[in-house]
Amino acid sequence: MSLDKHGIAKRIAQELQEGFYVNLGIGIPTLVANYIPEGMNVVLQSENGLLGMGPFPTEDQVDPDLINAGKQTVTTLPGSAIFSSAESFAMIRGEHVHLTILGAMEVSERGDIANWKIPGKMVKGMGGAMDLVASAKNIIVAMQHTSKDGQSKLLKNCTLPITGLQCVKKIVTDLAVLEVTEDGFKLLERAPGVTVEQIQAATEGKLIVEGDIPEIKV
Amino acid sequence: MINKVVQNAAAACQDIPDGATLMLGGFGLCGIPENAIQELLRKGIKDLTCISNNAGVDDFGIGLLLQKRQVKKMISSYVGENAEFERQLLSGELEVELIPQGTLAERIRAGGAGIPAFFTPAGYGTEVGEGKESRAFNGKMYLMESWLKADFSLVKAWKGDTAGNLIYKGTARNFNPMMATAGHITIAEVEELVPEGELDPNMIHTPGIYVQRIFQSKDYEKRIEQRTVRQA
Repeated sequence: MSLDKHGIAKRIAQELQEGFYVNLGIGIPTLVANYIPEGMNVVLQSENGLLGMGPFPTEDQVDPDLINAGKQTVTTLPGSAIFSSAESFAMIRGEHVHLTILGAMEVSERGDIANWKIPGKMVKGMGGAMDLVASAKNIIVAMQHTSKDGQSKLLKNCTLPITGLQCVKKIVTDLAVLEVTEDGFKLLERAPGVTVEQIQAATEGKLIVEGDIPEIKV
Repeated sequence: MINKVVQNAAAACQDIPDGATLMLGGFGLCGIPENAIQELLRKGIKDLTCISNNAGVDDFGIGLLLQKRQVKKMISSYVGENAEFERQLLSGELEVELIPQGTLAERIRAGGAGIPAFFTPAGYGTEVGEGKESRAFNGKMYLMESWLKADFSLVKAWKGDTAGNLIYKGTARNFNPMMATAGHITIAEVEELVPEGELDPNMIHTPGIYVQRIFQSKDYEKRIEQRTVRQA
């Protein structure tokens, strides 16, 4: 059985470590905040200028002057800090953020990522994605293994406009956990009940399978 | 101290001409100069080049200026919440330059700080890098990006004093501090305007040297784009 988006978020949460500063992208990555292991201190960075992002506010706490990068109303926490957009990207470019988790439309076997534009169709802009992928020490992509019409999103080469080159380290999909290596996508884990053959069939780029592949535990 | 106070948005914006290059603070609809935008609308100033992280929504913020066709060119990082914007862009009516958000912030900061260009890794190997100088530092490739300046910067702060010192609140700070430094004329609208001496100098975010005009704003809507709440 493949993972749903909460399953993907739960699996990614296992990558968090004590003391990490983490930037979460919009979509599935946002859900990771719900599965931070109990007692672990992880600080969420929102690139519009907030470190220490808290949960959504209660109705009487809603403040239009306090939002996250997804423009959602949020709260601060004890120890939070607020700063300008220039400061925010200084901490991103300066590699002070330990982990970036973001969505993607395509990832290539070399770790190139495309997630900002569909020519002639979607022209929303890259926001902070290009800055994040160019500088993050560690990037995990959360996405579906294939598109809605069944096309693989793990490719030999990206077909959509690139967001960043050779930057993705790990990918968690509904079917598998994969590491991007110099030789291609190395299969680390498979979703419960999903076979290596199914993952192979859904992966256009080079897939490396060594030994027994354990199931994802979430 | 020099008194920077003007009566209202009309007085502050009275000499903004057609064809001006403007910077407008804000992230989404958070921390945008609502009063100055209303004044640009009222006067119908057109052929504007607007440097702003976002382009508002269809019926609020810069979206209002787009509806009235007052904008010739947008320089932004993300414009996803605005259908009219997308329509004008795809039909070629509007010029658009999309810039990575951190690069946009730093280009504005550089403009205010007298740094004509700098190198950043963002956008290297993408269409953002096409035609730009690139260089390797410690084995990694970087793009050269140039400063941005504006004829007028329109910023919004929480508190300000008659000397032009500004304090922002929450994430309404965002692009406002850098834009305040990069405008030939910077116009600040504040929720609470106080006499000099009432703000703690230790707490000032934008020193008054960057601000040419300041006024007490009124009638803020502070619209929320994504109202997300949890149960108490």
